[in-house]
This record gives sequence, structure tokens and C-alpha cells, in this order.
Amino acid sequence: MTLARVTGTVVSTVKVEALEGLKLLIVHPVNPDGSFTGKQMVAVDSLQSGIGDDVLIIDEGGSAGIILEMSSQPIRTVIAAIVDSVDIGKEGKNVH
Amino acid sequence: MKIGRVTGTVVSTRKLESLEGIKLLLVQPLDDNMENSGNPVVACDTVQAGSGDIVIFEGGREAALTLDNWYNPADAAVIGIIDQIDQVGK
Repeated sequence: MTLARVTGTVVSTVKVEALEGLKLLIVHPVNPDGSFTGKQMVAVDSLQSGIGDDVLIIDEGGSAGIILEMSSQPIRTVIAAIVDSVDIGKEGKNVH
Repeated sequence: MKIGRVTGTVVSTRKLESLEGIKLLLVQPLDDNMENSGNPVVACDTVQAGSGDIVIFEGGREAALTLDNWYNPADAAVIGIIDQIDQVGK
């Protein structure tokens, strides 16, 4: 799982059947201190998260299928949790 | 899933049986600012995307699952055409 921040929403009308009815969000990986890192990606939202939320994303098909209660689906990036806070050592910095 | 722009099509006559009848698109991955990022990939199309479309594409084994015949060697597939993106400033 990767720590990431929701930075946007994606609207798509024409899409594969497996994506029908699912909310798509743009997520950008972040470091534990809250700074952006890596490349953004599109993730399926399963938890009603919104822009600005810090989340955990899974980028692997098998686990994504379990979360979405699907099998053999062409989806691998799914939001698995909304992060309340991240503690870094003694500093205990809150990401929000 | 990643965001990309369809920049062209790829025509291949001699190909594996599992890819027969599958449209192949050239997809350029895009970064946060919708600018080209990295090398273009060839992706299978299942949503009738065309040149210039901004699309969602999937990489890895899951790409193969978009096709009717799962037992195929595809490692990228276009799975949606993007109508709109709302993104906050960082």
C-alpha cells in the first residue's frame, strides 16, 4: 500500500463494464511528511473519499479485486483506507 | 490506472491469435500538468478511443483482462475515455 493524497476527480462516460458506477479519483503519492513524490495515478474510490484526503492506495490486481468484490477485473488501483494521521518518529507529525 | 493521450494507432497484420481483431493504440502517458511524461506505450483498445482522446489506461496483467480472451499477452489497455478532470492546485 502507498500513502497518497487525493488531488482531483475524473469523469468518464465511455469505459469498460467493470468501471461502471465506480468513482474515479486522481491520487498523487506523498511522503510520510506530506510532500508529493512520484507520479499521479487514477484510483477507484471505495470509501467516499474526497479531494484533499490522504489515503492508502493499493496498486495490485488481486487485492483490488477483493476490495471491489470482483474477480478477473481490469482494475488494479484502488483506495483502501482514508488516513487520519501519520506519526513520524518522535515528531508525531500529523499529515493534515 | 494512469492518464494518457492517444497519439495514434498501430496496425499489425501478423500477430498472436489472442490479439486478432484488437485495435492497438499509441498512448502517451501524461503528468500532473497534462504534459507528456515518459515513453509512449502500445495499448489495446476496448472503448473505441481515437486519436487525441485523453484516456485512462491500465498496465500490467490486469490489462489483459479487458479482452474477451483473458489468455493474451497484453500489458497495457485503454479502459476509459476521460470527459472531464477536476483537480485542485497543489
